[in-house]
Amino acid sequence: MKIVIIKYNAGNIQSVSFALERLGYQAEITADHDTIRKADKVIFPGVGEASTTMAYLKKEGLDQLIPSLTQPVLGICLGMQLMCSHSEEGNTPCLGIFDEKVKKFVAPVQDSERFKIPHMGWNQLINVKKPLFSQELENEFVYFVHSFYVATGPDTAAESHYIHPFSAALRKNNFFATQFHPEKSSKAGEQILKNFLSL
Amino acid sequence: MLAKRIIPCLDIRNGQTVKGVKFLDIKEVGDPVELGALYAQQGADELVFLDITASHEKRKTFVELVKRIAQHINIPFTVGGGISELSDADALLSAGADKISINSSAVRNPQLISDMAQHFGSQFVVVAIDAKQLQGDEWTVTVNGGRIPTEKRLFSWAREAEERGAGEILFTSMDHDGVKQGFANEALAKLSDERGIPIIASGGAGAKEHFKDVFTKGKADAGLAASIFHFNEIPIPELKNFLKNEGISIR
Repeated sequence: MKIVIIKYNAGNIQSVSFALERLGYQAEITADHDTIRKADKVIFPGVGEASTTMAYLKKEGLDQLIPSLTQPVLGICLGMQLMCSHSEEGNTPCLGIFDEKVKKFVAPVQDSERFKIPHMGWNQLINVKKPLFSQELENEFVYFVHSFYVATGPDTAAESHYIHPFSAALRKNNFFATQFHPEKSSKAGEQILKNFLSL
Repeated sequence: MLAKRIIPCLDIRNGQTVKGVKFLDIKEVGDPVELGALYAQQGADELVFLDITASHEKRKTFVELVKRIAQHINIPFTVGGGISELSDADALLSAGADKISINSSAVRNPQLISDMAQHFGSQFVVVAIDAKQLQGDEWTVTVNGGRIPTEKRLFSWAREAEERGAGEILFTSMDHDGVKQGFANEALAKLSDERGIPIIASGGAGAKEHFKDVFTKGKADAGLAASIFHFNEIPIPELKNFLKNEGISIR
């Protein structure tokens, strides 16, 4: 199986590659269109800022390539947000694979509990859907770090709750995406990566 | 529900863990990767690795170590110690660190926080504050491992750190550190109420109840400790079970 991690100006590409190594897979990190198109699985990771990252993707022509892919694609964190139609971060038009808008978390003013932003740490998955999530992942904790979120909608493949419910994962046709970091989510994350790789 | 985090902290010198470790089931007691992996397996939510290597040239060893940690450990980890330039942070990020913590270097040069946040994003930047209580609400920020007091005060410095783009604050009370009588809950609660970013509490853990207190009375988002974990005085699974039974949100 040929796994490709899309190379761009993001922070945590190495971590994703290491996580796959721990599962016994070698991934190629590349921005080469032909290599990406021919891969069996494509991972689109991301830590960074939406507008500068979109500008980079456009420069590389990846904004055209990614939505046209037909094999299973997994977006992670910022990768997931960029697969939506628009992000409030830098008021950025995104790839439009998911018909969802990315919004900033706003902590409620009157509350006994102060909600910190970013939403950082381990939170639970609820209403998980196959095939990315197997049933034993319901209520499992996974690791999130984000200040922007996607509300729940028709493409939601798993939810989580912080201030309000939001999409922990999305799925539409061959496109999968997680707001959390499976590569940093211990055993649960490994299971999710395995599920993706066995699609 | 977002879980409160339990974070073991490992001091590293020349690529080895410094404090003695009383685990019988790890092969090489000094190996931070093996110890970190064991903590991860036991349910630690994150790890912190602090490089206390004195000499500059040996810091390359630490970057190599960070890469090995990233290869072998499946939970997030922060690295700190001696980071005073963007290039230091960049090397650690490339090696696979999820976050870096800056302490004395940020006190001496607060612009460093802004620069780091701009270059790498706030989620990458933990500002560690070592402070000593003067009286009441007044805490003096110290540098060089608590040895040198500064003009900076805890609450205003924490505000500045957040304004400059810190993603988290790691507050160590030098009065509580090593005493094992509980965390500085009053100051922590004030810090947590005032700040919009997560607070990691450090210094004072000696019993399971101290973690319950730091999450309830201290309103901390995470609790960090070293020796109680290294000497297996409080095994992580036992601590997490206790906290769950006490109604704290724990993974």
